[in-house]
Amino acid sequence: MIARLIDGVPTRALILLFLLLASAICAPLFASDYLLTILILIFYFAYTGQAWNIMMGFAGQLSLGHALYVGLGAYTAAALFVHFGIAPWLGLLIGVPIAGAVGAFIGFLAFRFRVGGVYFAILTIAFAEFARVGFDHFAWTAGSSGLFLPVKQYSGNNLWTLRGEPVMFYYVLLAATVAAFIGCRMLLQSRIGYFWMAIREDEEAARAAGIDTFRYKMIAVVISAAMTSFAGVVYAFYYNNLFPEQVFHISRSIEIILGPIVGGIGTLFGPILGAFVLTGLAEVLTEGLHALGIDIPGAKQVFYGICLLFVIMALPDGVWPWVKRRLGLTERRS
Amino acid sequence: MSFEIYLNVAIAGILTGLVYGLMALGLSVIFGVVRVVNFAHGEMMTVAMYIAVTLFAALKLDPLLMLAPIAVVLFAFGYLLQKSVINPFITRPEHSQFLLLVAVAIILVNVQLILFGPDAQNVQTSYAYDSYQIGTVIVDATKTYAALAALVVATALFCFFRYTTLGTAIRACADNYTGALVVGLDVKHLYALTFGLGAACVGAAGVMLILIVDVTPALGPAYTLLAFVIVITGGLGSMPGALLGGVLIGLTEAMAGLLFTPSAKSMFAFGILVLVLLFRPQGILGKRSA
Repeated sequence: MIARLIDGVPTRALILLFLLLASAICAPLFASDYLLTILILIFYFAYTGQAWNIMMGFAGQLSLGHALYVGLGAYTAAALFVHFGIAPWLGLLIGVPIAGAVGAFIGFLAFRFRVGGVYFAILTIAFAEFARVGFDHFAWTAGSSGLFLPVKQYSGNNLWTLRGEPVMFYYVLLAATVAAFIGCRMLLQSRIGYFWMAIREDEEAARAAGIDTFRYKMIAVVISAAMTSFAGVVYAFYYNNLFPEQVFHISRSIEIILGPIVGGIGTLFGPILGAFVLTGLAEVLTEGLHALGIDIPGAKQVFYGICLLFVIMALPDGVWPWVKRRLGLTERRS
Repeated sequence: MSFEIYLNVAIAGILTGLVYGLMALGLSVIFGVVRVVNFAHGEMMTVAMYIAVTLFAALKLDPLLMLAPIAVVLFAFGYLLQKSVINPFITRPEHSQFLLLVAVAIILVNVQLILFGPDAQNVQTSYAYDSYQIGTVIVDATKTYAALAALVVATALFCFFRYTTLGTAIRACADNYTGALVVGLDVKHLYALTFGLGAACVGAAGVMLILIVDVTPALGPAYTLLAFVIVITGGLGSMPGALLGGVLIGLTEAMAGLLFTPSAKSMFAFGILVLVLLFRPQGILGKRSA
């Protein structure tokens, strides 16, 4: 199986990948608390970006409402923990299927009624907004006043209840990112992956070739939604507070998808690179403006927006294809 | 509650809805011709709102008088934006255009935040509390002016597209891009003009809306979403559809605020959107196309 995974990958790429993974594993030994929180953020976006990329990058279905799945995972696990003391890994068994089912519901409605393209994107926004306002009025999760997880000073890290120091969350998210990376690689090499790419390139032609497009689009949505909701569970236990206005807000959905688009849509490494570039950029801007003595609210975001504008104008396919050419990592065809 | 209350709220909702309709009309025109979804639409509207607030605070200029000049400013802004930034993107995939306009939106929101701060601002006109009484119905004067102005602007735009050579040329670009190039139309210029017109629409809507709601930088993204809901409900690319969608959403919001709780009103707007997308994806007045 491993042989199949690395089939056709240049040796240089494998070495670079190994070095990258090794440095990611060792990073907490050297990183300050501040750097560690940034790395947690980076891997959160790398993971969610990878999950989103399955739907858009592989199967070509543009979702602008992925905050919905983050929120469903976060709220389910957190509410079960707060109300019944159920550990997040068990809450996961309920939260992830819920998110998957909601994804299936949206996908079913959209694909059955032939809602595609921009319309599909707006439909996903609509459901996320629906959930935002709905959770605002949902008393069991404390509505708009926010759901809080009990926080104590923890002496050790309890992986089972996800109560502990940031370094634990770092490794959980790193593991998730690696698992997602390998999982996506396997998907892309499977029949499903090829069917998805056929649908992405030309849906009519895919259907004419005998691919059950409805079924494979549904699979993409469900996998993407379920994967995203796991990030939500970690999010809830890392931040310890959930507000519908924040969790389900459209800007959360946009944050998730900026990484893969900037990194390179439909590529395996794009979401990871995009997360590093964007989160890094945001932090550099914060530090830079602070050093210059500029602390006007909004100034950072203006520079961020300008950088985003230049990246998308200069590298419309994303940063990763460009980096890949620079490193000479084009895949061997065997 | 008596019948009059429902009628009063419904009329207020319809009047506000007409202004919403004009805002959405801008989005619809841009999408209908340029085929780009303007994710910075609400942000462009708050630009117009802030110009109106500033002019009113500094020079006591009534927003309704400033309607045309501010619309011209927004037209210029839209024209330049399309000409410089968006034109290279018209043949790129949707997610690429989306990212571009999200970047524009982020810049606009935060420039507004820097210039005007996070606090809500409004204008206090002398006629802010005037109203007309027709039988048992009380109609807010400000909303009536705003709705009438929205109808005038929408009609003018409709006539422009229907009866002028330039409007016909723009419609030709929308119908057949290659064909328009073949007959020698300057498509890039016409696209920029269209984007400018869409921006002018949303600018005019913003000037009227400042009479009804307070402006904050965060209002932009919320109204971008609202414009989407309206335009898809009415039919993306259909001009009467945008106005009808605006009225429908305005009415829904008003009634939901009265019957349930005002904070849940956007849920009903999104509920309508979902129903429309499922049962009539092209919108109420839209034509089915790819």
